[in-house]
Amino acid sequence: MSAGRADHGRGEPTPDQPAWLAAPSGQPVRVTDTTLRDGSHAMAHQFTAEQVRQVVAALSAAGVPVIEVSHGDGLGGSSLQYGHSLVDEMRLIATAREHAGASKVASLMIPGIGTRRELREAIEAGMQVVRIATLCTEADISEQHFGMARELGLEAVGFLMMAHMRDGDVLAEQALLMQSYGANAVYVVDSAGAMLPWQAAERVAALKAALDVEVGFHGHNNLGLAIGNTLAALAAGADQVDGTLRGFGAGAGNAATEVLAAVLDRAGMQTGLDVFALLDAAEFVVAPLMPFQPLPDRDGVTIGYAGVYSTFLLHARRIGKQLGVDPQEILIELGRRKAVAGQEDWALDVALELAAAKAVSS
Amino acid sequence: MSDARSRVKVAILGSGNIGTDLLYKLLRREGPLMPALMAGIDPASEGLARARELGVETSADGIDAVLEDPELRIVFDATSAKAHVRHAQLLAAAGRMAIDLTPAARGPYVVPPVNLDEHVSEPNVNLITCGGQATIPVAYAIHRVAPLDYVEMVSTVSSVSAGPGTRQNIDEFTFTTAQGLESIGGAKRGKAIIVLNPADPPIIMTNTVFAVPRAAPDELDEPAVTRSLREMEASVQRYVPGYRLKSDPVFERRLVEGRERAVVSVPLEVAGAGDYLPRYAGNLDIMTASAVRVAEVKAHHLMNGQVGA
Repeated sequence: MSAGRADHGRGEPTPDQPAWLAAPSGQPVRVTDTTLRDGSHAMAHQFTAEQVRQVVAALSAAGVPVIEVSHGDGLGGSSLQYGHSLVDEMRLIATAREHAGASKVASLMIPGIGTRRELREAIEAGMQVVRIATLCTEADISEQHFGMARELGLEAVGFLMMAHMRDGDVLAEQALLMQSYGANAVYVVDSAGAMLPWQAAERVAALKAALDVEVGFHGHNNLGLAIGNTLAALAAGADQVDGTLRGFGAGAGNAATEVLAAVLDRAGMQTGLDVFALLDAAEFVVAPLMPFQPLPDRDGVTIGYAGVYSTFLLHARRIGKQLGVDPQEILIELGRRKAVAGQEDWALDVALELAAAKAVSS
Repeated sequence: MSDARSRVKVAILGSGNIGTDLLYKLLRREGPLMPALMAGIDPASEGLARARELGVETSADGIDAVLEDPELRIVFDATSAKAHVRHAQLLAAAGRMAIDLTPAARGPYVVPPVNLDEHVSEPNVNLITCGGQATIPVAYAIHRVAPLDYVEMVSTVSSVSAGPGTRQNIDEFTFTTAQGLESIGGAKRGKAIIVLNPADPPIIMTNTVFAVPRAAPDELDEPAVTRSLREMEASVQRYVPGYRLKSDPVFERRLVEGRERAVVSVPLEVAGAGDYLPRYAGNLDIMTASAVRVAEVKAHHLMNGQVGA
């Protein structure tokens, strides 16, 4: 197993100042719910318009300020590489807008997958916030897209994915690029669910120190730390955080929005969320539509431990089944090869090699 | 080596990494091409200094230097899309052949093993994108035995091999490659995805082509598809030795837009020749190697006196 051990930073808390353990200062915090985007991965991109209508109505009634809706891999993500959407995401965005009330509708876009063409279509469909995501070292591929968002008066949030791979200094440099392109906020995104609380705090603190705009944190629960890391990020000054109802997202899922609402309320933070309405939404709207409950199981923890992209989960399972290879082996090997966000096709590549190696040795 | 009279003088416009790799490739080959000039616009550029060391004439006067010497029949343009728009007009007016490695696309797209024959006497041809050069041959190889409804390519390149031009214009990579998959690859609809990977040491360029043939899963002639792909691999290897399919194609049945369809997945890798650019930068190498291949065929054509035929 040691071969699969990730080499991501293992920053230790400074003994005199464990900022990640501090109580958040009670700053107002904006919670974005991404059940209908991150959950799209767990749903294999099969959300229906009716499901979107129900989830959006419930989130909006519970006071969630921003609701993200799109293919899991963002605008234009419908593909053989990532899975085709059952329903055109533009239709889902329009449905969301229709039922979102005072909540804003957001979508993700990943340069290299989506383009300004889909960005424009999504704006026409009713998207009000675009979250532009790049790998945490590649922010300079997003200039065109922030430029367009700014031109069209859209709120634009930067997403630095796989942020466990680099420390706060590198992330702050990249975040500054996004800020210079016009980002209204930049997120530290733990796409692999590989961070420990003080690592989340260190990265958020670095962005807070460097940026004029707001800072966010998006977690995954692969190591069982989504809520804990989110609290640590808030203690380090994060202004925005993400959740999904029931934690329904890629890999072992995300910080559950309803749990976050309860915890942040207990922490004395101003979220504007209705805890009981979110508990109902999770229990009665989202749980019944989920094909499975994401959790830190064998494959889920492996993703966090190996530091690979959470969305590889279902792809590794599908391809593993087809070629007779243990998905855990595929995930570990992907980590060893330093596969990054978007490289689902490497799961096939790796599985073919593992299957061939097995055939030779048996 | 053939004597100067049986060779065609060529110029390289642009003294960056691509221009320099082109020069190394040309100097290493015993073909019909004679690299007679490298023209840049920065007299202090490293590329021009290297060319001088290698005994090749250089100029910092850019396109003007190329236009001055009427014997420079073929011109590789490794500058930028914006510059090429201007160069294309000037070169055409001066009766020179241009091989465009920028995304300007003033002339038709060319992928050597697929459609070079159609464009040998074309005054200006464009090489699409690195991902296009790597994956359009695969799409076409499937299409010629099993016509395609849809084809999608995913290209992963090392972060260090993606220059500022690509980074600032990543949407254009996507659009242009998708268009090439359709117009030359043959698919009714094409889609392109590019991923940059910052791993160190840098990864070799890898691509996956996913193709959906029109034929129903039961009617697809899988052995014919595999044969056609292996033949195409050999054709590309003639000018890009580091090009290889990483395995036989994988045939699956998948739900595509509500219908069960045959899906052919082809993983492939492009290692560079390491002429000047590092081996991992197969994405850049396949552009310069394709450009040289196109120029060689054009040069033979010129020497056979078929210009304007």
